[in-house]
Amino acid sequence: MRLLLLGVILPLWGQVTHERLLHPEKEPGNWLTYSGNFAGHRFSPLKQINESNASKLEPAWVYQSNSLQKFETTPIVVDGVMYISEAPSHVTALDTKTGRPLWKYRRTMAEDIRVCCGQVNRGVAVLGDLVYVGTIDAHLVALDAKTGAVRWDVTVADYRAGLSITVAPLAVKDKIIVGIAGGEYGIRGFLDAYDAKTGKQAWRFWTVPAAGDPEAKTWAGDSYKNGSAATWVTGAYDPETNLVYWGTGNPGPDWNGDVRAGDNLYSDCLLALDADTGKLKWYFQFTPHDVHDWDATEVPVLIDAEVRGRKRKLLLFPNRNAFYYVLDRTNGQFLMGKPYAKQTWATGLDDSGRPIRVPGTSPTVAGTRVWPSVGGANNWYSPSYSPDTGLLYVAARESGAIYFFGQADFKLGEQYNGGGFRSIPGEEEWGAIRALKPTTGEVAWEHRLFTPPFSGVLSTAGNLVFGATNEGQAFALQASTGKLLWRFQGGGVARANPMSFLSEGKQHVAMALGNSLYVFHVR
Amino acid sequence: MGIGISDIIRAGPFLTKEVDSMMWWAALLLFQPTPVLDLPAKNPYTTAADIAYGKQLFQGRCAGCHGPEGNGGKGANLAVPMLGRAAQDPALYRIIRYGIPDTEMPGSLMDPRELWQTAAFVRSLGALPATPVSGNAANGERVLRGKAGCLQCHALGNDGGRMGPALNGIGARRSAAHLRAKILDPASDVPETFRTVQLTTRDGKVVRGIRLNEDSWSIQVRDAGDRFHSFWKEDLAKIASERRTTMPPYKDRLNEQELDDLVAFLAAERGAR
Repeated sequence: MRLLLLGVILPLWGQVTHERLLHPEKEPGNWLTYSGNFAGHRFSPLKQINESNASKLEPAWVYQSNSLQKFETTPIVVDGVMYISEAPSHVTALDTKTGRPLWKYRRTMAEDIRVCCGQVNRGVAVLGDLVYVGTIDAHLVALDAKTGAVRWDVTVADYRAGLSITVAPLAVKDKIIVGIAGGEYGIRGFLDAYDAKTGKQAWRFWTVPAAGDPEAKTWAGDSYKNGSAATWVTGAYDPETNLVYWGTGNPGPDWNGDVRAGDNLYSDCLLALDADTGKLKWYFQFTPHDVHDWDATEVPVLIDAEVRGRKRKLLLFPNRNAFYYVLDRTNGQFLMGKPYAKQTWATGLDDSGRPIRVPGTSPTVAGTRVWPSVGGANNWYSPSYSPDTGLLYVAARESGAIYFFGQADFKLGEQYNGGGFRSIPGEEEWGAIRALKPTTGEVAWEHRLFTPPFSGVLSTAGNLVFGATNEGQAFALQASTGKLLWRFQGGGVARANPMSFLSEGKQHVAMALGNSLYVFHVR
Repeated sequence: MGIGISDIIRAGPFLTKEVDSMMWWAALLLFQPTPVLDLPAKNPYTTAADIAYGKQLFQGRCAGCHGPEGNGGKGANLAVPMLGRAAQDPALYRIIRYGIPDTEMPGSLMDPRELWQTAAFVRSLGALPATPVSGNAANGERVLRGKAGCLQCHALGNDGGRMGPALNGIGARRSAAHLRAKILDPASDVPETFRTVQLTTRDGKVVRGIRLNEDSWSIQVRDAGDRFHSFWKEDLAKIASERRTTMPPYKDRLNEQELDDLVAFLAAERGAR
């Protein structure tokens, strides 16, 4: 009887159903999706670690990656097992109690990979008994969650044309949604969905048009052919609207806009796509005809709150272009927008949210000085929303750049930049963790950082905000005030997002610093 | 795309913020392109029009450090018949594309044709007659070690002090004209990585020195007595940090001949020691 019972229970253990992904609040000890929930909150309801004991945080264990590429992973934790990706496209399952590997997936990588910014990977998705990883050679791979064995491996695109996958996939219902990178290679961008069980492509949404599509009119001549608009950061999903919200990247070439006059749809957009069909419900373009490489590939944050006199379903978006946007996520209506970091390229946004550009801010051969920098006021790394404080936390970057205009000759598989950039001599760059009031963009507090950060934040019910710096420190701030409560030197530049989970009933916080994954706890 | 600053931020005296150029160098490095595997042995873009366009590109991107005529500033003098790091065209291409690690020379995202055109302009500089250096280098070394007292603060080989940047190989990095200007007016070029700081602790102690490192919450300095100090910023009442030099101007300390000789010595100091 006991054996029989085990036989019934065992196949279910560790199964991550869509129902579980819909309700992470029911199991706060796990971290089941890239952002912790579908709404992009990166918030942990755990509060064993809190403002009164955060100063006692210390490493429980450290996992060292062998790769010297940037370590950008957000771990996923399911029932005592942590799944991380490592550069370039490896996956490791770790025991959360000891940090010891349970299995490893190691992918043999081609020598001629083409990426703009390192052979990185930001994490995996889980659904059913599979773990999904996108690879730098543009495959989507499903691994057995118990063994790491490859269950299926499909080609998403031809990496030799400059397409790659760095994004953590998102599991929605019975599909795995995965974006593409390659915005510096004049690719034709898209967002894909695959059947989670078989790997069969379910839908593809092209982010740049084909000949004859109405959007082609937003590109001069046939410049859409190399329009890029990559989709390299994980989006959000709202089960009530059944829409997937996903940002798109820069138009190609990055800094030479002359060859692609027009708004260049759907570059630098937020797309709202039907999760079942991939059909476009609405879009909002933040930076029409971008000439500064300000991808709108930040993580959208979904909350419900009152704006303009009534409660609405909102989408919050601190954009790389230094404006903070609030949209109605049912229809894409622009509700408000204002700068949250220094910018010199627009005098503001009009009633529709379209930027009112300052003349003379486009790149030139001699160089044009503009804020924000190419890295932007925000970037791929995650913001966090705490329902407890009602604040949106953003790692903001204060930096400008001199932008150059250059030639743009498209050649398959080669970078298609059309210019470049450099720092502004003598200008101090700095950063801050900023707490924004979500519906107004007003800054509730800020904690200044020495250099512009490139690492995301996690807020927790312990009234904490976790983050990390370029100088290798992990830190915890009081979420309500921004006061520093804890810091730890991890010895390497932080390029990742923190998350939190329970192991053996105790709260832990994980974040990658340098080439190591640190897991902290309070003894 | 995801541009980061610095996974390559290094240990050592440059791990600080005003290493903007360093951070940008790293940023550019992150912006890794397709690996350049097969470069032609000879620059394919060397017509007069290529060189003219290369000059335009050079003015925007390179002249800030290398000078409008490429004869050096805070960046190396490129108006020389033989570039030490780039004797062959592919090496020059790669340096313009990727920069030089552990220096302030950043990489660039120019299109391959533009990289070659810039390289063509740089090569054309070497065809110009070199700026003559009139002084006597041997006398210059005596001035450096004697009257000018340079080694009180600067190192040369294993001799000298540590308050200023080491002079080893300075002639390969700075033009004679730049060295002369710097000696006459030290404030004319303070390295971005070099900062003097004055720290006042909460109990009133004052520490002055060269900043070795800094982050959001701590700062490390070396004082004039070569002692290291490290503080949490919360323990400091005041942090005065400036890109300022403690080097005195030599305008009235050296005569014209001594200055010529000193410049001749420094310009010939190519680090072969």
